Amino acid sequence: MELLALAGGFLAAAVRVATPLLFAATGETLAERSGVINLGTEGIMLAGALAAALGATAWGPWAGFGAAMLAGMCLAAVFALIAIGARADQIITGTAITLAAVGLTGTIYRRAYGDAGVGLSLPTLPNVSVPGLASIPVIGPGFFDQPAPTYLAVAALPLVWWVLFRTRLGLQLRATGEAAAMARAAGVRTGLMRAGATIVGGGFAGLGGATLVLAQVGTFAERMTAGRGYLAIAIVVLGRWHPAGVAAAALLFGGATALQFLFQALGTRAPYQLFLMLPYVLTLLALAGAVGRVRAPGDLGRS
Amino acid sequence: MARLSRLAWAVAAVVLGLGVLAGGLEAMGYDAAPALGALWSGAFGSWYAFTSTTLVRSVPLILIGLGIAIAFRGGALNIGAEGQFYAGAIAATWVALHVAERPAPVAVISVLLAAALAGVLWVALPVWLKLRFGVIEVISTLLLVFVAELLVSLMVLGPLQERGHIYPQSDAIPDSARLPLIGGTRLHAGFLLALALGATLWFVFSRTWWGFKLRAVGLGPRAAEVSGRIDSQRVGAAALFLSGAMAGLAGGVEVSGVSYALYPNLSPGYGFTAIAVALLAGLHPAGVVITGILFGALEAGAGAMQRDAGVPAIAVYVVEAVIIIVALLATAPKGGWSGARVMRRKRPVASKAA
Amino acid sequence: MGLSRSSDGTLSRVPPVFELIGIQKRFGSVQALDGADFTLRTGEIHALLGENGAGKSTLMHIAYGLVRSDTGDVRMNGVVRRIASPRQARELGIGMVHQHFTSVPALTVAENIALAAGWAVVPNQLRDRTRRLSERLGLPLDPDQRAGRLSVALKQRLEIVKALAGDARILLLDEPTAVLAPAEAEELLRVVRAFTEAGGSAVLITHKLDEVLSAADRVTVLREGAVTYAGTVAGQTVESLTAAMIGPESNRSSSFTTVHAGAPRATAKRELIRLQALELSRESGYGIAIRPAALIVGSGEIVGIAAVEGNGQRELLRAVAGRIVRLRGRLEVAQPVAFIPEDRTSEGLIPELDLTENVALGLGLDAPWTRRGWIRWGEARARTADLLQEFGITASGPRARAASLSGGNQQKLIVARELSRSPAVIVAENPTRGLDVVAASAIHARLRSAAAAGAAVLFHSSDLDEVLALAERVIVVARGVISEVSPQASRATIGAMMLGGDG
Repeated sequence: MELLALAGGFLAAAVRVATPLLFAATGETLAERSGVINLGTEGIMLAGALAAALGATAWGPWAGFGAAMLAGMCLAAVFALIAIGARADQIITGTAITLAAVGLTGTIYRRAYGDAGVGLSLPTLPNVSVPGLASIPVIGPGFFDQPAPTYLAVAALPLVWWVLFRTRLGLQLRATGEAAAMARAAGVRTGLMRAGATIVGGGFAGLGGATLVLAQVGTFAERMTAGRGYLAIAIVVLGRWHPAGVAAAALLFGGATALQFLFQALGTRAPYQLFLMLPYVLTLLALAGAVGRVRAPGDLGRS
Repeated sequence: MARLSRLAWAVAAVVLGLGVLAGGLEAMGYDAAPALGALWSGAFGSWYAFTSTTLVRSVPLILIGLGIAIAFRGGALNIGAEGQFYAGAIAATWVALHVAERPAPVAVISVLLAAALAGVLWVALPVWLKLRFGVIEVISTLLLVFVAELLVSLMVLGPLQERGHIYPQSDAIPDSARLPLIGGTRLHAGFLLALALGATLWFVFSRTWWGFKLRAVGLGPRAAEVSGRIDSQRVGAAALFLSGAMAGLAGGVEVSGVSYALYPNLSPGYGFTAIAVALLAGLHPAGVVITGILFGALEAGAGAMQRDAGVPAIAVYVVEAVIIIVALLATAPKGGWSGARVMRRKRPVASKAA
Repeated sequence: MGLSRSSDGTLSRVPPVFELIGIQKRFGSVQALDGADFTLRTGEIHALLGENGAGKSTLMHIAYGLVRSDTGDVRMNGVVRRIASPRQARELGIGMVHQHFTSVPALTVAENIALAAGWAVVPNQLRDRTRRLSERLGLPLDPDQRAGRLSVALKQRLEIVKALAGDARILLLDEPTAVLAPAEAEELLRVVRAFTEAGGSAVLITHKLDEVLSAADRVTVLREGAVTYAGTVAGQTVESLTAAMIGPESNRSSSFTTVHAGAPRATAKRELIRLQALELSRESGYGIAIRPAALIVGSGEIVGIAAVEGNGQRELLRAVAGRIVRLRGRLEVAQPVAFIPEDRTSEGLIPELDLTENVALGLGLDAPWTRRGWIRWGEARARTADLLQEFGITASGPRARAASLSGGNQQKLIVARELSRSPAVIVAENPTRGLDVVAASAIHARLRSAAAAGAAVLFHSSDLDEVLALAERVIVVARGVISEVSPQASRATIGAMMLGGDG
């Protein structure tokens, strides 16, 4: 029984940690399928986090989510304007966007809450238990006793799959990402496609940041995303640019992060920094293993 | 782009960056004028400010910026220089604490060499991942930044912690391992080193075959490969190694010349700011020195801005981001950096390289 | 309606299905089209003939909405239309088969057709619909095959199916047989004929006279943007069409119609290329490109490779040039080797670099202006200026950006650079692709004189006629096997060998 409870707790933690990653990675999947690699995702998640904090403080948690999505889409629109509209290098543009977001969110936060003293504190969203399913050992607490955003993130997956693989829009999107010049020859408005996919991706990333604040930490801190946006990009690669694979990869990294809780619960006494390093190192190794056999959209990253 | 118009773009970039900052601050209810004033005086207000804050802050930016110029020229996007900086700082501290008995020049040199080597090692994994598996160096170097920061934290709370075991920092390094100061200011010899390296790189880029190879690989890796004279992958790897060495060296110089110890947050984001430094300079070594000093001024001023005008120093990142974007727009859509090679599966083309 | 007179002066009872009238188009300083007229009648195959650069493609791009004309009208069935985009063209029933493949390699055949025709994406339905369409057209295709993996002929087939999937009644084909073996080209023209017999109309853009004479009903000839002849093919000859294409005063051969007939030069000379039991793997890494092969090329010989794309000739050429490593066997090539790659803008030159730098790229440390790793740029520039003059390359100077040169001048620069090394062996891939006849002849002349000076030349062109015109010895590479062609072999025989049949 002890073991089952432990396993259930571990899975629950893994899913919880994975949720923001899943949001961001799902959005990035859309963007990358259209040929855009958005390193600004890290900054967009951060902006979403702050927007969620501010929105929730003013009007409640769902306003927070709305604000986060909006903030994400706006910042992604700026990225699209520069990297797609002006055809500037995508990677450097993304880096600049993240830099700007770090500066903006840090400044705004301090302005709103002062340098020292009372920080922001929000009640985190409660778990929503699925009756019946939540009592299944291990899987129950893992998948069916999570805060609302988790269910949202999971529900988005089949939707994204359907759009990508069962609609004309999705076909055009994929063609744009594979061979933009050919897609144009077939009449696809590739610039609009990419911009659209990027902006939608930004909305998702914003929701990821919101989840971090509203469902996990309950506050905002400078640079709180700590590289999750970059992890999301790696997850897209590991998930082979497919919603199902991305979900699995996100869970994997949730698990890697949750391991630290597991080891602490087991009483291991290793420096906590090693556990915090795990997700990043694991990502690197997994990338090495996966990329050799994986094929990215043909025109990914090309202006 | 003619040199004059590039200068005009650079100036426009800075002006626009400051303008955006001022506008943003006003919108948030800050008083922009005193903030910008503090920014200026913190950077250039006095001889002390200039030498001991601006120029001091410019050293790591110039060093890392030169490294990034090498990498970007070769088409390798080393976005994780921050991590290599920290790796260098860790190595420098460790060596410094163990060479107390050596005479000064030997001690300093070994510290700096160790730092550069650590930078090379920290970028070695991304290089290997890129060559062997085609993993883009952007992601791998970035992820290692976070690992490096955690490693610093681990070191200063563990093997490198100061004797009292109270504070998360290392012991102060011995005098023999410290870079000499210049003329009564807090500016250290690392500045001269940065200038010397800048001059060397200028020479390498403009007059040597290797410098030309780098440029060719950056602008046309396929054509460079097909010419039969250039091994694009080897040149790209060398560019990354050199870039890592420079960033690591910067970390060592910072420890040996400024902080005299290791602690978390040693760098206020030098590795990322240096990207702006290199881009604004058009990847030109002489330009990097100038833009390095400019950004050193920004960072020095940001500190004063926070102290004297109450505006968070972190706001200066917005200025830097705007500068990067303007510099990009000035060269778009050509770009000049073949960052388009994202996830391209490497072909087993063996070539006879010069 | 009564009788109407179309732009070529003939009377007919109904207005022509498609007309371009008085088309002018200028690109920068070049007048691409100067008052060109074109009339297409229902049920006909109409050839649009001209040299490279005469304006054929431009005219059809205007017809398909890819390019906007400066002046002039487009009429369909007598009604003036505005065609501002390919989408509008398709809505009007015009389909285009481009010179370069426009399918997305990573998507399947069915997905590519769906993309082009705007079909819904329901896999089973899509599969059936694709199968039905391709069978109805007499062009069977496997719906689930990835477009990138198709053979050249099947890729061409896919292009046609895509163009017709939208119920096109007018088909524009841009040099469709350029990369096909003779038998495949005949098959394609048969399909086009079936299309027109069923009521469609087709425009065949080509520079091949024999195709015009054998396959087309009427022909319009363009020279430097203007129409020099428009009328029936019956009664025209190679000479008359040639005269229309390049003008009566010149007596150079306009297209590569001379069939190789002479014997190879006397042997007993130095062997500069020697292969023995050579095996090469594919550039992509999967599979074998060249099976154990033997070949000897001597000093002064020009050997042409006749092959359909993808049969291993690329690997062969690049191995001889030293750009790829052999798998097994012996390969001896005399140095220095000059290499003229197929793609001048991504493999031959770096467009952002200037001409001097591009020359430096090709010569490397062998250049006279380098010494122990230093480069003396001043000397490099001077030498480059000399090269520009010697080879008649039009450019503003050695500091001009390579991207600013025309295609012909870019190719001349590459050839100049390579030949300046006094090579023992010259390897060339499609050395005159996309060039007009003047530039192409210049390059052929250079290659011939290099051979006369003792170099061995090994080259490939997807244009079989070019191979036959330039080479004195022809080899065929089919499915990785090299076969020597006898001097008496006919074009048809060579074509069959290229497809893997017996010679």
